[in-house]
Amino acid sequence: MEKISESVKKKDHDDKIRGSALYVDDHVMDDMLYGKLLHSTKAKAKIINISIPKLPQGYFVVDKNDVTGVNRVHIVEDDTPVYVENTVEYVGDPILMVVGPDFKEVEAILNNIIVTYEEEIPVLDMTKSDTVFFNYNYEKGDIDKALKEADCIFIETFQTGYQEQAYLETQGMIAYPHDGRMTVRGSMQCPYYVYGAVSKALGYEAKDIQIIQDVTGGGFGGKEAFPSILACQVAVAAKKANKPVKVIFGRREDMEFTSKRHPSISTYKVAIKDGKITGMDIDVLFNSGAYTTLSPVVLQRGLICANGVYRIDNLRVVGRAVKINTVPCGAYRGFGAPQTFFAVEMIMDHIAKEIGVDSLEFKEEYIVKQGDSTSTSGKYHFHVPLPEMIDQIDKLADYRTKRKQYINQAGRYRKGIGMSLFFHGCGFTGSGERDFIKAVAKIKKNSDDTVEILVSNSDIGQGLKTTFSKIVGDTLGIPYEQVLINNPDTDLVPDSGPTVASRSLMTVGELLRRASEKLKKEWKAGEVQVIEEHFVEPDFIIPFNLDKFKGDAYPTYSWGVNAIEVEVDTLTAETKILGAWGSFDVGVPIDMNIIQGQMQGGFLQGIGYSSMEQMSSNDKGMIRNNSFSDYIIPTAVDVPNLVTEIINNPYSHGPYGAKGAGELPLVGAAPAYVEAMENALGADLNKIPFTTEDTMNVLQGVHK
Amino acid sequence: MIKFNLNGKEVISSSKENERLLDVLRNEFSITGVKCGCKEGECGACSVILDGRLVNSCMVALGNIEESTIVTIEGYRETKRFDVLDKAYASVSAVQCGFCIPGMILASECILDKNPNPTEDEIREGISGNLCRCTGYNAIVKAISIAAKEGQGLW
Repeated sequence: MEKISESVKKKDHDDKIRGSALYVDDHVMDDMLYGKLLHSTKAKAKIINISIPKLPQGYFVVDKNDVTGVNRVHIVEDDTPVYVENTVEYVGDPILMVVGPDFKEVEAILNNIIVTYEEEIPVLDMTKSDTVFFNYNYEKGDIDKALKEADCIFIETFQTGYQEQAYLETQGMIAYPHDGRMTVRGSMQCPYYVYGAVSKALGYEAKDIQIIQDVTGGGFGGKEAFPSILACQVAVAAKKANKPVKVIFGRREDMEFTSKRHPSISTYKVAIKDGKITGMDIDVLFNSGAYTTLSPVVLQRGLICANGVYRIDNLRVVGRAVKINTVPCGAYRGFGAPQTFFAVEMIMDHIAKEIGVDSLEFKEEYIVKQGDSTSTSGKYHFHVPLPEMIDQIDKLADYRTKRKQYINQAGRYRKGIGMSLFFHGCGFTGSGERDFIKAVAKIKKNSDDTVEILVSNSDIGQGLKTTFSKIVGDTLGIPYEQVLINNPDTDLVPDSGPTVASRSLMTVGELLRRASEKLKKEWKAGEVQVIEEHFVEPDFIIPFNLDKFKGDAYPTYSWGVNAIEVEVDTLTAETKILGAWGSFDVGVPIDMNIIQGQMQGGFLQGIGYSSMEQMSSNDKGMIRNNSFSDYIIPTAVDVPNLVTEIINNPYSHGPYGAKGAGELPLVGAAPAYVEAMENALGADLNKIPFTTEDTMNVLQGVHK
Repeated sequence: MIKFNLNGKEVISSSKENERLLDVLRNEFSITGVKCGCKEGECGACSVILDGRLVNSCMVALGNIEESTIVTIEGYRETKRFDVLDKAYASVSAVQCGFCIPGMILASECILDKNPNPTEDEIREGISGNLCRCTGYNAIVKAISIAAKEGQGLW
């Protein structure tokens, strides 16, 4: 293990374990009002009338008419209204907010507001959408020729469902006006996203907006764009009331009305000639929900991953993110990749079965190597460690032996094992980092020789305060305790970009390392010194062209191999997970405990996604699984034997050899789990979540 | 008026008897270490120790705790047992976002109080009512078993 990887006590440990860390709901300001949103109960309708009871003194109703700037939340395309105008587009669309000094009274007022709708017929099925928000396609080689010359064409469609981030702390925000400015604080990943959005909605100059990240109880992507929406709503309310306003979502409200992972339908046509894959023609459909939010970028990543870790010389990928009248989908750890990785891993497995070869051996034939071209005709610039990772997992799980052994089983309890191979492209897709983000990071040496880190990236549990401090401390040769880092406040920190895309440590961490190197050279004891570093794209990169979908979509990749073993009770259809093994390459871990925590937590979220996290809407467009009673996430007893291994494959352009980590462990769990279920059930499966009910359906079909 | 013992002090609440203990602790007594994650008894973020038993304070009405003893993280953190758990959790970096942690620490206490040498399965069972979305639970389970070893004699 490298020295930097040796674990230290996390910077945020003491406050959190003592219960003294203050999350947004723990702040109470003088004269503060409490707000609650009125959400649409119809999936598509015109608002004809809103009848509001007489309000007691000190209570306000806040709606579109109170938006002093533009009634749009700045995300990517800016179509999400702060408060709806004349129509509602999904069950949950925010119509207005009631604010006042007593929350119970606020709730009582909300209950007495009557909205008269003129209902229209909503579109609730993504295959029936007539509005394509985004479509992209790209090709390499000659896929039409490959299809024409094929001995056979293997066609299959795969479906993936919603996934709810289920961070333990629900969304929450406080806004307060003061001195002609507006401060918004709360639970968020990306203070500067919120900053831009609030400034636009209020019509304030950016200098009059201050955003502060409070201690944040988990994000997983769910606090990337959604906090911008809530912050605008709360800021508009605070401006109208001219008082602090706090809004904290209830769990059901959070599950039903905040962004989640895009459901998908992917159809693969694979050309086979002489028993070999000669091309893939892939069609990907994402349910964007009612507004665009982050769908273009989520779709881009999904499409780039559509051929998995395999070299496919003739490739066509076509994708659409379409509008339907359901909750807008957004960022969730993996960001489009878990959907297509599930599909490609399953089709490889199914083709292998059809041809009559072992699925891992079949996959191994096509694994990319260093120097190979990527799906978008970029390059895998660095070593691809998958072969040694497969060996590692095979040894740990005894995969190859078990896989063969489980093909023919009788009796009530049947076992299965599956394996997935995957990557995660590190950082923003394409040239986003260079063209849009242009990250700036600062370090400030105080006169007492402590060094302060000034960046906008937030510690949402993933350990950034600790890893950033280790990089700065080690580079400067000063103790970790001498490095200080606070939650970002836009009055104090530059825009070093959002806390997303597994970019913070790799990209901003590298800026901090460079700044620290400079400071070390210029160090003057007892003096205040400030060093600023700007993002520079590494020179090896083949520039990505989004119009053509060509070039390096990512500078480098993190790699993963998962195996999952299950035991199915064929009488009750209940499935026990006997073991889950993951090998992960995230470059050099800046802190081994932190990386292990990221891998284990992400892997378990992925197992939830594969097996139990079921969310769907009814024929009125209403999400039914809106509580922890109906939307089940893994507990401590669900996967007791979860083993994660980290391999050492340093990235030359990351700080100390580190690259992206946070999202990787979620990407490969689903195909490993479903392959294991196939191995046990002896059937081809093509959807996630694959729940106990799905297992029962297969078993009943088999026993018919 | 309901009288109970909160973290070692006798207190009297003037909230209504049908108020949730969670809300009373947070709003009347400013006990913010008790977190609200779901308000329906599923997540365990609002766990407190009520007369020696781990309960979800969102599921307890104030009227039910007359003369009871309530321990929250604010009281528990002053104990030697807490120090052992604190060190154990730190040594494996078991704290990520931290929102489940006050409840998780009190759950850890209840496991060890009942059984000072729990097996891994018993630890997992003991925290199975406390959801954590960050860690995958391994580090927390490990921390509790380290605390069991290091804290010999305390439990």
